Amino acid sequence: MKIRINVAPDIVVTPIIAEVILETRTLLNISQAHIDSTKGEIIADVPNDEFNKIKAALTSRGAKVTVMDKPISRDEDECVECGACVSVCPVKVFTFGEDWSVNLDEGKCIQCGTCIEMCPHGALTLEQ
Amino acid sequence: MVEKSIHEINRRIKDGSVNVVTAEEMVGIVAELGADGAAKEVDVVTTGTFGAMCSSGVWVNLGHSEPPIKMQKVWFNDVEAYTGLAAVDAYIGVTQLSESRGMEYGGAHVIEDLLRGKSVDVHATAYGTDCYPRKQLDTTITLDDINQAVMMNPRNCYQKYNVATNSSNRTLHTYMGALLPDYGNATYSAAGVLSPLSNDPNYETIGTGTRIFLGGAQGYVTGAGTQHDPTNKFGTIMVQGDLKKMNPDYVRAATFPGYGTSLYLGIGIPIPIINERVALATAVSDADISTNILDYATASRARPKLGQVTYEQLKSGTIDINGREVPTSSMSSFKVARKIAGELKDWIKRGEFFVSLPVDRLPTVGVFKPMLQTQETPLVGDIMSGNVVTIKQDASVYEAAKKIIESEFNHLPVVSNNNSLVGIVTSWDISKAVAEDKFDLVEDIMTKDTVKAISGETIDIAAYRLDQNNVSAMPVVDKNDQVIGIITSDDISKLLARRC
Repeated sequence: MKIRINVAPDIVVTPIIAEVILETRTLLNISQAHIDSTKGEIIADVPNDEFNKIKAALTSRGAKVTVMDKPISRDEDECVECGACVSVCPVKVFTFGEDWSVNLDEGKCIQCGTCIEMCPHGALTLEQ
Repeated sequence: MVEKSIHEINRRIKDGSVNVVTAEEMVGIVAELGADGAAKEVDVVTTGTFGAMCSSGVWVNLGHSEPPIKMQKVWFNDVEAYTGLAAVDAYIGVTQLSESRGMEYGGAHVIEDLLRGKSVDVHATAYGTDCYPRKQLDTTITLDDINQAVMMNPRNCYQKYNVATNSSNRTLHTYMGALLPDYGNATYSAAGVLSPLSNDPNYETIGTGTRIFLGGAQGYVTGAGTQHDPTNKFGTIMVQGDLKKMNPDYVRAATFPGYGTSLYLGIGIPIPIINERVALATAVSDADISTNILDYATASRARPKLGQVTYEQLKSGTIDINGREVPTSSMSSFKVARKIAGELKDWIKRGEFFVSLPVDRLPTVGVFKPMLQTQETPLVGDIMSGNVVTIKQDASVYEAAKKIIESEFNHLPVVSNNNSLVGIVTSWDISKAVAEDKFDLVEDIMTKDTVKAISGETIDIAAYRLDQNNVSAMPVVDKNDQVIGIITSDDISKLLARRC
């Protein structure tokens, strides 16, 4: 499952992700990380059955953890199924169906945002 | 030889016995029955396309105000329309941007909003005359309130279109969408097997007067489109239709981030099968239509051609560019193109749409000429400083400071021992190093990812690159990356000052 980890400025300097991986002995796959002097935000994939353990370990270190049910959403009224998004997505969230519909596998999304800039109809938004 | 008259086909449409298929279905029918058999069997083949058509717009007539105004300038939701005509006529072009909202809203959005029944704010100004005394006007209208709203598009429905890719190291924002760096993707347009003009490449049935599906209503081809380029198989058409009768599913405003607005428009053209030759042409498949891959990294009208591909290859999801597997994206919707060809087929079957032969043929020869430019565009090589002062990467910051003072250049290109460009150092970099008490080598304080120019580029391109990268100077290099000069924003300002 995809989670968002928010880190306050006072703990940005602590290697909490590494600590959590060592403590829980669970692999955590980071797909996005934006860290500056005021805050840190990390998007990561964690195994479903290990989520509670990881969340507890992160929370105890002062991080805030949110589950991202829908990393990306599509406005069906705006989408014309042109497929502009298909070639820019690094993880193949978008694929053409047999009938040339554009299918969306939202679980794969790593929120890189490239498709948002590509869509001519402004149909895609990242969950905040 | 099978010959069918248009009257015969229309009689069949009227009595319900007409046989209509889509251009996709026709491929198999001709393969099975041959052109002769297919021409006997099939009466009409429908085509369709749904993609960005930038050369589009709508003529509106607002009716006279009280007191009357001869609009000199007019805006619809803050998007300017052309009004160099009689008093209350105006042309809303789809790519015109809103003066307040920029690229997120343009003429295409005004057109879609009108079609969806939304209210649109009109603001007009005028100089005032005895017959049209009013100087300013503000009102709010809907599509129902205006007399005519006629879509009239000078160039739609390209026979086929180039494939766009990008060899540079930055993302390009184009009318072909975002092109990722280093051949990260390739984008294409047009419907291939369903493309109207590709199914009638000799323009035997599509010409002036041909009745078509335009934005969900019946419209007409009024002639060859601008940039019609039949010799190179890049034909285009000019079309007209009544916006008031259109369907918003097929008239959709779009924004290409970093480029601007456009209109996704649905067009379907029926091809009456009047003989075997026309039947055979409609059997064209994606594998038969090839197009060029162009590198959009070259900011020139002569973009380098990187190869040729068929629509079959494009639709497979990846194409080969110089040995790399590059993912493809369609910028037009094949699904909607199919829906349009299907809907047009239903109209004809139900006897609601009759086919026509053109009253005039489209030109079958002719090319699209480049612009004649009577004013020479200066090149980087014309205005750059050739007596550029460079510094070696292993020189000290002190030496760099000395060179800057002596040469009066603010920027020193940094070169390696074999004189090729490795970076750039500015007086600011040196001041910073001094302020931080860092007296290292030039290579430690220089900017490594240097923005550079070549002498054969035009000044406009150089100025655009300076602006994009937010720098004030670029070393000019030859093809071996040896520094041959430097061009600064000052050089460009001086050139412009001389012109004025």
